[in-house]
Amino acid sequence: MVVPHPRQLGVSARDEVLARIRAANANAGLGLGGAVDGPRADGDVAIPRDYRGGGGPAPGSPPLLDLLRRRLIDYRASVVDAAPGDEPAAIRAALAAASVGPTPGSAERGGGAVLVPPGLPASWCPAGVVDDGFTAVELDGFAAVVTACAAACALTGTIALDGSPDQGRRAITLVPDVHVCVVRADQVVHGVPDLLARLDPTRPITLISGPSATSDIEFERVEGVHGPRTLTVILVAAPPAPA
Amino acid sequence: MTATFLGIPAPAGVGQLRGDRPFPAAARDALADSQLRRNLGHATGVIRTKRAAAVGELDDWEQLRLAGEAIKRATMARLDDHLVRLEAEVSARGGTVHWARDANEANAIVTGLVQATGATELVKVKSMATQEIGLNAALADAGIIAHETDLAELIIQLGDDVPSHILVPAIHRNRAEIRELFGRKMPGVDPSLTAEPRRLAMAARAHLRRTFLRARVAVSGANFAVADTGALVVVESEGNGRMCLTLPETLITVMGIEKVVPSWRDLEVFLQLLPRSSTGERMNPYTSIWTGVTPGDGPRSFHLVLLDNGRTAALGDAVGRDALHCIRCSACLNVCPVYERVGGHAYGSIYPGPIGAVLSPQLTGIHAGSDDNASLPYASSLCGACYDVCPVRIDIPSLLVRLRTAHVDAARARPLPTAEALTMAAAAWVMSSPTRFAAAETASRLGRLGGRASGRLSSLPPPLSAWTSSRDAPRPPEETFRQWWSRTRGNSA
Repeated sequence: MVVPHPRQLGVSARDEVLARIRAANANAGLGLGGAVDGPRADGDVAIPRDYRGGGGPAPGSPPLLDLLRRRLIDYRASVVDAAPGDEPAAIRAALAAASVGPTPGSAERGGGAVLVPPGLPASWCPAGVVDDGFTAVELDGFAAVVTACAAACALTGTIALDGSPDQGRRAITLVPDVHVCVVRADQVVHGVPDLLARLDPTRPITLISGPSATSDIEFERVEGVHGPRTLTVILVAAPPAPA
Repeated sequence: MTATFLGIPAPAGVGQLRGDRPFPAAARDALADSQLRRNLGHATGVIRTKRAAAVGELDDWEQLRLAGEAIKRATMARLDDHLVRLEAEVSARGGTVHWARDANEANAIVTGLVQATGATELVKVKSMATQEIGLNAALADAGIIAHETDLAELIIQLGDDVPSHILVPAIHRNRAEIRELFGRKMPGVDPSLTAEPRRLAMAARAHLRRTFLRARVAVSGANFAVADTGALVVVESEGNGRMCLTLPETLITVMGIEKVVPSWRDLEVFLQLLPRSSTGERMNPYTSIWTGVTPGDGPRSFHLVLLDNGRTAALGDAVGRDALHCIRCSACLNVCPVYERVGGHAYGSIYPGPIGAVLSPQLTGIHAGSDDNASLPYASSLCGACYDVCPVRIDIPSLLVRLRTAHVDAARARPLPTAEALTMAAAAWVMSSPTRFAAAETASRLGRLGGRASGRLSSLPPPLSAWTSSRDAPRPPEETFRQWWSRTRGNSA
């Protein structure tokens, strides 16, 4: 039984909120008498985790790559298949298809400059301008950005970025209108549990599933609002098994 | 629950947890608005179909729901520990944690933080918590302009409107209405703008781009906060969230204390449950996850405001506390036959629909008499569709019944009986005697003097007005059952 106490002078909001929680849990029949570190009634119930966890098809297996490809296309991303080592040509093709770069039609994208994170293999996009901390306004002048990724989830068509040197800080994949993202076969896992298990939760993470979209008007999905309106994924096949 | 536990409810007079009139009155106006009903019927129908398809793709959906429910239940039982852990992890990674007992305290904290930066404007990610506490109004009082950046919130803000849905706040507006609003209120908008959703979205992109690029301060909510790593999670679609979370120097996140989850692994459940329940997508386009401050990437200053505002009052009820498990997907709104017809505004609170009907009265406290939120638990037919779709299995119908009981108990405790109590006592007296009942039946035919045209009685004199203020009474029949029986079977009996 708890008597509500008025806001007390000298008691911090932190202490008061925590005290309210303890009182509420005691009143609801939970947390009675349990030590802070000890088990509490109902507080340590086992979580039933018999949903599909990790351990689906092997990462990078052909059925997974096929599933990822279908999911990406379903949410209006473009997919370019590439063999290992063919990244530069695939990136060139992807940029050209998005009317970016030194190709006819680049004018409508303005400038045509392509931004790359500092750790992207230099051969992938030789014309790319390496990010050295451009301001938001400067980032807005770039037509496209090319990055690698941390992992990808086939079931949901999701690409994960974690700010590693080959992906760069979060702003560079946000402001330019075209994002070309290179995904290696061995980075492709099946479901959401597999994806999260591959990520370091203390890094800045962005999960991307298709281009920016909204359903705010009559719940009709429209691709392309504030984020990149074009997302192209370069899917790099696994290297051939050694003979 | 013990009746003595009252908790500390959200204060009145600030924020948006109460309407300015009771649900029945607001609902009557909404029902008479045929354009609103067409807009709602169309949008909720589309969402229901999409959700069913997205959920149907997973053969472990029920297992995910059970896991989600269990994680939330376990989290609440040790909520204090998880918040302390979260505070420690966020602080260790360069963030600053603030605690707010209520809306006024949270508004004061955020206002002070913005003022300390010297900024007079900020960008906002759609957030239920900041709507709940009325943050924009508090900032405006301090001369700070808050730019809503979610497309629907922009539509609401431009139209001086209030949200009517948790996920799609402008669901009550159709494309033609939005086109008209943009033409009138969006500076420099292309006069040839059409009502095509794609064109409208592009107009919003152009309108907000410069604001994003110059913003120095952002305010967000949070879908989840992971206690054991200090990670904050914002789930969105448009990229306005990423803009706000990434570009400004200062980020202030306001989060209800119930949003914490214990461990990183728990996200594998909620990041499956939420998008499929909410937008009917396998995954929402963008999810941002960050811990504290990362040098060289994103804001240099991060503040997390942990908000109570009545949540601990709800937590004190052994049944009602389940409403705190809500992950704000809005699936229950979309399947609710009441919501589909009256829309979100009728509920008064920023939390409408079935979950709002159980959450809002608990946050504000339930009082006897004319409290505007006291009628919300009655805004349901108890059909149970909300429970079926809830991704964390909140038994909303049982909570509604629980709150109705609490409301009646509160009324019973008052020194003067209510009209309802008097009526019930009178009915008991009448029905306990055949003679009195027959007399009452005959007397009821007086009711045939009213409702000739419609066949129903919409307004009766007090104390019967207590009934007809929220529902119609059928016009009494020409003859009573007993009269019919004696006329048709009387002789053979």
